[in-house]
This record gives sequence, structure tokens and C-alpha cells, in this order.
Amino acid sequence: MEALVAIAIGAMTASGVYLMLRLRTFPVVLGLSMLTYAVNVFIFASGRLVAGAPPILGAAPTMTDPLPQALVLTAIVISFGMTALTVILALGSYLNAGTDQIDIERPGEQPDADN
Amino acid sequence: MQHWIIAPIILPALMGPFITLAMRHDVTLQRVASLASAVLLVGLTGALLVSAAGGNVESYELGSWPAPFGIVLVLDRLSALMVTLTAVLGLVVLAYAVATNWDQRGRNFHALYQFQLMGLFGAMLTGDIFNLFVFFEILLIASYGLMTHGGGRMRLRGGVQYVIYNLAGSTLFLFALGTLYAVFGTLNMADLAERAAELPAGDGALLRVTAVLLLLVFVLKGALLPMHFWLPNTYALAPAPVAALFAVMTKVGAYSVIRVFTLIFPVTLAPMGGLVADVVVPAALVTLAIGMIGVLGGGTLARTVSFAAIGSMGTLFLAIGTFSELATGAALYYLIHSTLATAALFLVVDQVRARRGNSALVPQAPLVRSGLVAAFFFAAAIAMAGMPPLSGFLGKLMVLQAVRQADWWVWGWAFILVTSLIAVVGFARAGSVLFWRPHDNNTPAPSDEFQIAPGTLSGWGMAALGGLLALIVALTVAAGPVTGYTNATAAQLYAPQGYIYAVLGTPEERAARLAAEEARADDLHGADHGAPAHSDAPATSEGH
Repeated sequence: MEALVAIAIGAMTASGVYLMLRLRTFPVVLGLSMLTYAVNVFIFASGRLVAGAPPILGAAPTMTDPLPQALVLTAIVISFGMTALTVILALGSYLNAGTDQIDIERPGEQPDADN
Repeated sequence: MQHWIIAPIILPALMGPFITLAMRHDVTLQRVASLASAVLLVGLTGALLVSAAGGNVESYELGSWPAPFGIVLVLDRLSALMVTLTAVLGLVVLAYAVATNWDQRGRNFHALYQFQLMGLFGAMLTGDIFNLFVFFEILLIASYGLMTHGGGRMRLRGGVQYVIYNLAGSTLFLFALGTLYAVFGTLNMADLAERAAELPAGDGALLRVTAVLLLLVFVLKGALLPMHFWLPNTYALAPAPVAALFAVMTKVGAYSVIRVFTLIFPVTLAPMGGLVADVVVPAALVTLAIGMIGVLGGGTLARTVSFAAIGSMGTLFLAIGTFSELATGAALYYLIHSTLATAALFLVVDQVRARRGNSALVPQAPLVRSGLVAAFFFAAAIAMAGMPPLSGFLGKLMVLQAVRQADWWVWGWAFILVTSLIAVVGFARAGSVLFWRPHDNNTPAPSDEFQIAPGTLSGWGMAALGGLLALIVALTVAAGPVTGYTNATAAQLYAPQGYIYAVLGTPEERAARLAAEEARADDLHGADHGAPAHSDAPATSEGH
């Protein structure tokens, strides 16, 4: 189980970083979401992986650490809100500027029309 | 004093929604409420500063959950200094924004401003590292709104860059926190400090990975090279008062580095060795060089000032990276100075834009009523470049003196002195183009640096700017008491036992508390006749 989770986190992080380095807003937003998924699973795993145990002390012979679950909830809420905000901001910027490129031309430069 | 620690967080947290909900349609009321809150905050943080100056560390347990389980706020000399600086800057900048009508360029400026202050105060006061992340997010969310305040094509595009850069930073922060929790099983900073000191030698690599991840996150906020790319566009494109307030945002990164790397990962920690200093010092030297070269080639005054801000962060991180009591004291003095000087320069940029429509450094028609602005620019530039007689000179002198103890001091001196010269030349060029060059009325105004709408001319705005410069002068005149305080702060930081005991209790107190808990558990156990003892230890109290 550990290997599977580790590989999943690694793959998601790698794809997230790759997408985040793209030039257009949409892949970047996807990349950010991918990265936040990866980090959420990572935080969840930081309390050690225990299968089928409740997060309550004394209710069963083994227990799982409840704190990372609380932390990951916070992280999910924040990243969810942030993704929504980024999409709105990117949309506003696209509608205003007519381009969804991330980089900004220097003053006086013409925006790249064809890409 | 107990409950007052949380007041600087509660007040803006209540004021923000109150302004949005109850005063949405009344500009005057919004302004009065916002300014009143800012004035109160200066008073509150001033009282905290007086209370912390004596040297005792106060810990405030939220919801009375005992320390490593619940969240604590901690007031020591460092956090008191930071919150006071933030509150004072917040008040002056808010006054400027109101006087120049910046707050009316879009909606919800005042509410966002209050939330921004709340996030800043929270980040500086909290004693829990996950809570630090949460407050970072609060201040960032507010800053996204403030940065794009007023809208406009280029500002929105700059906003997208800024948001994406910081979201990547937040994700990195979460990775660091996950590692930290996996290694130590706690997120309370004092508890982390104790456990890091007791970590078995074999786990040194994990410790170093966590430390470097955290360092990356904090220097991203602090705009240390190579994590500085977000800063020039963000600061140049943001509304000028917001850029002035953001002067303290980079300092939050510096604050976090000081806090975490003196408390949790101090240089005395065996597995850390000189790792952090080895990373920070060369990066700070390059930051200093790039920043000041940027001052020379900024192209517009706004970008010039942004690069000066990067350069000053280089000086600051150079002092921080020395990790000695003397150097940290110098760093804190320079931090106060650099915040005020950067903010003053951004307000000057706004006044220049208000007079000529842009801040491009090419000769244009003469400025209207430029005398006072020129004088203010001159004073702020002298402060920023570190020329005598203002506090920038004293700050740099102290940094030079502190760096002298390190074995790489030649590099430090060479970079600081040469880059100061470059900055002087850069500012002199910018100032003479803007204010002195023989003007040609027929030169067409450039199509604008970024189509940034300028602020308005306002006597009160100039008064706020003058107030900021008066603060720099006061910092110079009162350099004696201020350095006394910053050196005491540094001494407190390098003796973290006081902080740890204030949060977790001294060993005797802890033993007594444990004994009391056990006695209580025995009582319960006895009364229930052997029923399974439900532990009511608040192990899940991290109410994030």
C-alpha cells in the first residue's frame, strides 16, 4: 500500500509541475489542481497508513491518527477556494486582454498575436 | 494582558465583514470604520510592544486547549515588533489610499484591507506552524483581491501570475508541513523545537529536507533569488498604496525565516550544521546584485523601486543568514527601515504617476507642482540606497559590522558597498530624468508602461507620504533605543528556552500537570467501576 500511495503522489506531483510550467492559463490551473491533490494525499499519508482503523482512541485495538485528516480538510477547502479564484481571475484576464498567456510583455512590446 | 494578544486578529476579522455587510453603500462610513480600526490597531499593538519589551514571553491558548494540542498565540519581542510595524504602516498607507481616492477605484477595498491586516497579524503572532500556513493563506487571499483592485488589462494579467506563483508556494508549504508532521508528530513550534533537539541522528536527512522545504516557502515570500520573479511585475502593477502595504509582506517571509530557523532548526542543531546559512548567504548576495542592477535598468520608476525592494531583501537576508545575535539585531533594524523606505518610494511613484500619467523614465513635459514630490523622492531614495544621514545608512552600517564576524565577510562587504553605489547611480538617474532633465513639451508620452491608472493629486496624500518619511527620520533619530530593542530581541531569539517554557510550561509545571491529569483519570476510573476510561485528552483540537 505504501508503494502504491507513494507512486500515486509522485506521478501526480510530476504531472502537476509539468502542467504548471505551460504557457497558457488553462493547463496551469489543471496543474495546480493536480499538485493540490498530490499534497492532500501526502498530508493524509503523513499520519501513517493504517487500513480499517477508526480515528478514535480506545474504540479498537489499533487507531489511525486523526490530526492529518483534520489538516487535509483544511487544505482541501483552501485549495478548492483557490482554484475557483484562479479560474475567475484567469477568465477575467483572458476577457480583458484577449490572450490567455501567462507571461507579460515588457512595456512597449507587442503581445504575441499568433500564439 | 492575557486576552489582548488576540485582539489585533479579532478586531480586523470583525471589521472586515462588518464593513462589507453593513456599510456597503456608504463610502464615508466605510472610511471612518476602516481608519478607526487602523488607529485602534496601532494602539493595541503599541500596548503589546510595551508589554513584550520587558522580555517575558506570553502564550495565549485558544479555547484554553493546553499547549501542544491546541493552537497558541505567542507574544515575544520579535512578534510585538512585527505587529507594531505592520499596524503603523497599515494606518499610514490606508490614510494615503483614502486621501487619494484609491479605495473608490473598485469595490471592497476596505474589507480586503482589514482581512489583509488580520492575516499579517495572525502570521506574526501564531505559535503553531499549520496555523502559520492558514494565516499565510488569509493574507494571500486578501492580497489577491487588493492586487487586482481597480482592475485593468495588465493588472489582471499580473494578478494571475502573482496568484499562480503563490499557490505553488502554498502547495510547497503543505508538503513541508506533511513532512514535518510525519517526522515529529506535532505542529506546535515550541514542541517541534524540543523534539528536533532530541531527534535520533539517523533522521538528520529528513530534518534537512523539511528545513529546506520551509526555507524555500519563506524565501519565496521574501523574494530571495531565484524565487523573486513574482515581485517586479506584482509591485509595479498593483495599485501604489497596495504595493506600499506589500512592503511588509516580503518581511513576513523574513520574519518566518528568523522565527523558524532560530527556534526549530537553530544553527546549533547538529544535523543542520551550516546548511541554511550556506544556502541563504550566496542567494542573498546574488539577490542584492540583481536587485540593485535592476534599479539601474528598471525603465520605469515603478519597476526601479520594485527592484530596489528586491535588493533590500538581499541585504536583509544577508544579515539573517549570518545567524548571530549581532547580525539578527542589525537585520531587525534594517527590516524596519526597509519596510518604511520601500513603502515611501511606492507612494512617491503614485504621486509621479498622478502628475504625468506614467512613471516611464524618459524626458517628458515638466511635472505639475513637482517640488515637494522631488524632495520626497530625494529623501526616500537616500534612505533606500543607504546614504547618510537617514536610517538606511545606519542599517547598512550595522549589517556590515555584523557580517564582519563571518569568514566570508569580504564578499558581503564587497557586494553591499558596490551595490549601494549602483543604487545611488540608479536613483540619481531616475530622479534627474523625472525632475531635472531639460524638458521637451513635444515628446509624445509613451503609451504608458502598463496602462496603470494613476492616483489623484491630494494634499492629504502628500501628508501621509510625509508622515512615512517622518517615521524614517524618527527611526534615525531614535536609532539608540530601537537598536537596544532589536538587540534584546535577538538575544531572546538565541535563547529559545524562554519561548518554549512559556508555551509548554517549565519541566516542573509539566510534571505537575501530568500528575494532576493522572489523578483525575484515576478518579473517573474508580467512579465508573472499571468502565473503559474514555480519554478526553484533546488530541484532535487543531480546529483548523
